[in-house]
Amino acid sequence: MAVKDVWLSGTEEFEPTDEGHQEMELHESGPRLREQLGTVVSDDYVLEDDLSDDERMIVNMGPQHPSTHGVLRLQIELEGEIIRRSKPIIGYLHTGMEKTAETLTFMQGPTNVTRMDYLAPFHNELCYSLAVERLLGVEVPPRAQAIRVLLTELNRVSSHLVALATNGMDIGAISMMLYGFRDRELVLAFFEKTTGLRMNHNFIRPGGVAADLPPGWRADVADIVETIPRRLEDYDDLLKNNPIWLERTKGVGVITPEECLAYSITGPTLRAAGVAWDLRKNFPYSGIEQYEFEVPVGQNGDVYDRYQVRMAEIHESLRIVAQVLETMPKGDYRTDDRKVTPPPRQRIDESMEALIHHFKIFTEGFRVPPGEIYQAIESPRGELGCYIVSDGGGKPWRMHTRAPSFANLQALPIMMADSLVADTVATIASLDPVMGDVDR
Amino acid sequence: MTTDTESPAEIRPPPRPRPENPVLAGLIEPFGDAEWTLSNGDDVVRLPRERLADLAAAARRVGFETCADVTVVDYLRRSSGRFDVVANLLSLQHRLRLRILVAVSNDDPACPSLVSIYPGANFFEREAFDMFGIRFEGHPDLTRILMPDDWEGHPLRKDYGVGSVPVQFKESHQVS
Repeated sequence: MAVKDVWLSGTEEFEPTDEGHQEMELHESGPRLREQLGTVVSDDYVLEDDLSDDERMIVNMGPQHPSTHGVLRLQIELEGEIIRRSKPIIGYLHTGMEKTAETLTFMQGPTNVTRMDYLAPFHNELCYSLAVERLLGVEVPPRAQAIRVLLTELNRVSSHLVALATNGMDIGAISMMLYGFRDRELVLAFFEKTTGLRMNHNFIRPGGVAADLPPGWRADVADIVETIPRRLEDYDDLLKNNPIWLERTKGVGVITPEECLAYSITGPTLRAAGVAWDLRKNFPYSGIEQYEFEVPVGQNGDVYDRYQVRMAEIHESLRIVAQVLETMPKGDYRTDDRKVTPPPRQRIDESMEALIHHFKIFTEGFRVPPGEIYQAIESPRGELGCYIVSDGGGKPWRMHTRAPSFANLQALPIMMADSLVADTVATIASLDPVMGDVDR
Repeated sequence: MTTDTESPAEIRPPPRPRPENPVLAGLIEPFGDAEWTLSNGDDVVRLPRERLADLAAAARRVGFETCADVTVVDYLRRSSGRFDVVANLLSLQHRLRLRILVAVSNDDPACPSLVSIYPGANFFEREAFDMFGIRFEGHPDLTRILMPDDWEGHPLRKDYGVGSVPVQFKESHQVS
């Protein structure tokens, strides 16, 4: 098929392969998305056969589209201006990180996973580290746990700020974009001071964290806790008094709680639909149960409710951060289990064994007992899970990440069915997918 | 190129008589061939693959509303079947997780699909098919999801050599 024809029909043709002994139809026939292709949409839409093909067409949105938040491609079946069916097509950012993880030691693992969900790197590191620690049976000291909670909750703030910013930008509230990114810099500056990097920190590691908090961290965190809530009120005023923004978010991209549960959708999308499910409350980890916070819940499951849930979650996360600031325990920032933690610097000068031990930990890594484990935490996008199989060696036999964005993308065809083309960008933005997390 | 990694020793905690949790105990009761065990504190059930869909349907009835994850592990040279299909179910009402493990052989890498019971398993099973070549029978659209459609092989298999893929466009800077 000539390039011109592909362009005209709006479909693409691929060579079918006999891979998997299954009939694979890789192209659409005519201007209709095949039923049951991609995500199963429970659509109550009855095909009207008297509609000619001229009134129906398939439009590709993305992968290079500014409002798809990365390289997400959507095939959309249109009838006039109404979306009938749609199908997300992913994989443009696939880099095989699960394969890479099999070649890295458990100590090097966080370097790899931190690059998956690049807006919430601390959550990836925490999830991986918790899984490895459970396999090892290592206890993490209270100060390390508090540092982890502090960093992940601040990370939730910065991630949700980006979600609000891009949500505003996609609907035309450009000022929200500038404000959101400005406030995120406050948090990222603190991360840079603590870990040395704005993103991809590799700071939370099996056994604790890489270093203690820097001098003056209290003032920085207190500044964040004091500044951001005040500004959030301004943004709330800015958006909620904007009739255009309200029109474009209320009642748009609706999903019911039943659909959310059936399609494995978690995080703010599930909570906006009215299900109070937060792994921090239901399966607490890293000592988060000792802090007081609420789980904000929406009612309608639309774009507006997801915005409100995220806004409320920023407030709740800052509430946790304020409590951590008050109750930060003293002590070690990593476990004193010598199996995982290298010996202290002064011991290396005195003892040959300590030097060898230090060298061994950083070259071949520590050995993890055989076993398999699934650890899930609440990332800003939903349930982030890490499934690790260890064969008793220094590297994982298999590391699988249950990426929240990946599962949440299955909600798009449901949210977008029978909606207008213009609502597509609002719906995608409210789902807040991170393509690095989707494709891994 | 194949990696010369040896298969790990059997990673299988010994089966235990009966779960303490009444929901799990009631769920597993009718499945005589199911082995329940605790793996590092997680509830794990291992059973023959023909029974996977039955157990998943029963789990859905007793309150496991959502399928959190489906993935595959390749044990390469394991005698009891090369692959393990791992399904993670989650119950919100009971605050409970259940992991179902199903061994799948290399000669017939097939497994019943969970999509008709849990529609959310769709993407997970497509990823598992893409990465390991496991056929999920009954899946409505079992196509590649992450790799290009014309890709050969299944990259997360242990015998899929890293670095064996020819680098594209590597001659583009050569001047003849």
